[in-house]
Amino acid sequence: MSRAKLLLLQVIVALTVIGLWHVLSTDEYLGVAVLPPFFFSTPGEVVARIAKLFVGGTIWRHLWVTLAESMLAFAIGATAGVLIGFWFARKPAIAAVFDPYVKMINALPRVVLAPIFTLWFGLGIWSKVALGVTLVFFIVFFSVYQGVKEVSPTVLANARMLGMNDRALMRHVYWPSALSWMFSSLHTSVGFAVVGAVVGEYLGSAAGLGYLIQQAEGIFDVAGVFAGMFILAAFVLAIDGAVTVVERRLLVWRPDHADTRK
Amino acid sequence: MTGAALSNGQVASKARAVPVELRNVTVAFRLAGGSIYTAVENASLTVGAGEFVAIVGPTGCGKSTLLNVTAGLLAPSSGLVEIFGSPLSGLNRTAGYLFQSDALFPWKTALENVAIGLEIAGAPAADARKRAAAWMARVGLAEFASRYPHMLSGGQRKRVALVQVLIRDPRILLMDEPFGPLDAQTRQIMGNLLLDLWSADRKAVLFVTHDLEEAIALCDRVVIMSAGPAARIIGDWTVTLQRPRDIAEVRHEKVFQDLHREIWGILKAEVMKGYA
Repeated sequence: MSRAKLLLLQVIVALTVIGLWHVLSTDEYLGVAVLPPFFFSTPGEVVARIAKLFVGGTIWRHLWVTLAESMLAFAIGATAGVLIGFWFARKPAIAAVFDPYVKMINALPRVVLAPIFTLWFGLGIWSKVALGVTLVFFIVFFSVYQGVKEVSPTVLANARMLGMNDRALMRHVYWPSALSWMFSSLHTSVGFAVVGAVVGEYLGSAAGLGYLIQQAEGIFDVAGVFAGMFILAAFVLAIDGAVTVVERRLLVWRPDHADTRK
Repeated sequence: MTGAALSNGQVASKARAVPVELRNVTVAFRLAGGSIYTAVENASLTVGAGEFVAIVGPTGCGKSTLLNVTAGLLAPSSGLVEIFGSPLSGLNRTAGYLFQSDALFPWKTALENVAIGLEIAGAPAADARKRAAAWMARVGLAEFASRYPHMLSGGQRKRVALVQVLIRDPRILLMDEPFGPLDAQTRQIMGNLLLDLWSADRKAVLFVTHDLEEAIALCDRVVIMSAGPAARIIGDWTVTLQRPRDIAEVRHEKVFQDLHREIWGILKAEVMKGYA
């Protein structure tokens, strides 16, 4: 399928859904709409609300807060994940000791930690960052751990025959391998950083997209909730696009990111 | 005799010493169930200075095991491994190893892969790259320097792997079925390229293959191993073909065909054991 045709079909899907939503929420049959606007709002209202948020300029502060929380959560969680993943992979004894605890914490639904983080770090951005870190850390940690463990034995033997000592092996073999695994989970980990931030805001905060949605929900402002959701979706798509660009640059050597030179 | 004279004498004897000498080498592995699997039993083998020796044997006979012992990647259960007259402990620093499967660093470009051996040895990066580029040109890959391994064909990757090893100028070259995964034409091209590069300084080579024709065409001596387990060395032939050789042409010579017939008579019995 050509790109143009694909795009056209994708647009048709969006227009159909929005069109249906519009018709079902505004046309009244026997005095009632199939989707009562009180519960479902209408596309027009939602668009108007989004426009108002952007024109009034209030949205920028919330976007900025959510972005800052996500990026901090990603940076801290990824750094910790890389370091500890590396450490565990190189020291199997330590990995064995901590194994049950790592599994235990990872099994915990992170939402239950939110109140504790609010208690510890307050209502500001750091409690949201902490929540995001607990999500990002494990994804990066497991990737890096895997990446160091699964270096091809032949590549490793070759590296040693080429004269690499432990330090050189770290730099030229383990490190690139671990990073490549981390980058391959970049979409997931960045996504979870955003999830951590938004969920944290939703559960208690004074700014951010999660806060916006939660506030609207509190006063049964369905148009506000939908407006927040659409902005959040666009925000996530934009971040995902940025990640794709970064990924393409970092993983040029990977077969599945091949360019067309072959 | 003074100390200086003594050490000079030692140096001289080291220089004359045999590059590779395996004496009564046995390699056994403990399997998961606790039983012991003997891969190679009582193997003795020498590779003289400038000698190109092939080990040929049926699949799974422990040819690669013997090569790994020589490389120091594997310690023998018993027996002696001497490299240039001194017992080997740890990795064999004088050897370069060309692996059967892909061993290039996928995250480095072809040029970086070739240069890495020099960089690790302490050469300045610019110098290492310059020499790597010269080696790449020598094997016809000058234009492919900036490609990553996955963008190269199997034959190109082999050539990169070959110069990655040769650029370090190892005194011994160990090769584990290096051309196994390649198609027939590429194998011939690679074989001639190898002979061409080798003839420049005639390193001691230990070349493992299951392809008898390839072994005779390339080597000075062909060593035959029996089928595993507990594989032994069961024959050692000298190849009298003239050098330089073209490995496609040399197959038509009578000496080649007679030798092939003679060795195959013995090798065939071992190969068939694997299907019995």
